[in-house]
Amino acid sequence: MVNEIQLTKEDLFFILEGIVDPEIPVVSIREMGMLRDIILDQNSCEVIITPTYTGCPAMAIIEQDIIATLYQNGIEDVKVTTIYSPAWSTDWMTNETKEKLRQYGIAAPIHSSCSNWLKPNSLSVECPRCQSTQTKMISQFGSTACKALYQCQSCHEPFDYFKCH
Amino acid sequence: MTKQKARYHYTLRLGDHALIQGHRLSEWCSKGPFLEEDLALTNLALDNIGRAQAFLKYAAELEGRDRTEDDLAYKRDERQFYNFLITELPIGDFSFTIAKQLLISVYEYLLFTELSKSSDETIAGISAKTLKEVKYHLTHARDWCYRLGKGTEVSHTKLQNSFNELWMYTGEMFEVYEEDECLISEGIACDASSLKPKWMEMVQTILMDSNITIPNVDYMQTGSNKGIHTEYLGHLLSEVQYLQRAYPDAKW
Repeated sequence: MVNEIQLTKEDLFFILEGIVDPEIPVVSIREMGMLRDIILDQNSCEVIITPTYTGCPAMAIIEQDIIATLYQNGIEDVKVTTIYSPAWSTDWMTNETKEKLRQYGIAAPIHSSCSNWLKPNSLSVECPRCQSTQTKMISQFGSTACKALYQCQSCHEPFDYFKCH
Repeated sequence: MTKQKARYHYTLRLGDHALIQGHRLSEWCSKGPFLEEDLALTNLALDNIGRAQAFLKYAAELEGRDRTEDDLAYKRDERQFYNFLITELPIGDFSFTIAKQLLISVYEYLLFTELSKSSDETIAGISAKTLKEVKYHLTHARDWCYRLGKGTEVSHTKLQNSFNELWMYTGEMFEVYEEDECLISEGIACDASSLKPKWMEMVQTILMDSNITIPNVDYMQTGSNKGIHTEYLGHLLSEVQYLQRAYPDAKW
């Protein structure tokens, strides 16, 4: 027998708030803007998510986490749907989320840089450790698809920059 | 051919280009000239595989034969693949991969700019997403062209030879097939031939800035739209499809 869902959509958003991006465990999938919507039926639930990058390998883990988390909350009939439109953007990140990234050691995306994509070296990225802006790009492609690799010229530490997208 | 079938074919081709290109790039894993570049090339591979998954999934839906994106990737034969021949060519040396990336990325930048306005919402959605990624691919290839082209005599010669060798495979990107015409008139597909002038202009500018001469090659190789490939695709598929062929429907 299938149980009727007693929880509201807001409750479910609150529950799923606990799921973090496996690559950046300090921000939730909701803060990242990957959790787009929840469609609630009498006894089933559809969760709509969007990837940061099309090939993001974290998506499979996030899907499993969503199913497991809802299962623990008594919801068994869960469908996770991936959508591509509207395309995920770093513009959706709040200042609070960016601060969490900085605390974690990742330089936050600089919004206005999206328009200047032909000149990737022209960015002034702040070192998340010493706040120096004397930094240089080592590679546009870092440890994950969403990050570039930088080095601080002041404290010499390498760090990740969350690419504008 | 019905419109539905034409739309299936069109989407399938977009998926095939990305799948084969993505696989070739993944072959650089652990073989990059240095660690950061190894990561860069595999990042590009990942974007392509992700895009392939999205387009092939939609193609499978349009086909309506209960197949999945995995069925399309792993259970079709060589003659049923429609990727551009340029994507299946072996990775060659680093300059060959960079030249290939440049020719393809400029094309994809223009193509997905158009397709993000497609009247087919799914194609438009995947294309808008892809466009953001392709911009990074384009600047990556462009900056390497500058470095190799204006580097040493050896790097310059290698890059020039790579462009010379690849040039005859660029014609396919601008071919328009009869079956696509109804899709183009409805704003679903893009008229690829219209991208050529802008493509040529962008490629010429980058090559000139890299001290590379535009190859003087008129003959253009073709065949992929009929499923006729170079000898390399069969070998590539034997690796890509090995597991599903040896252990059908195996799952992680």
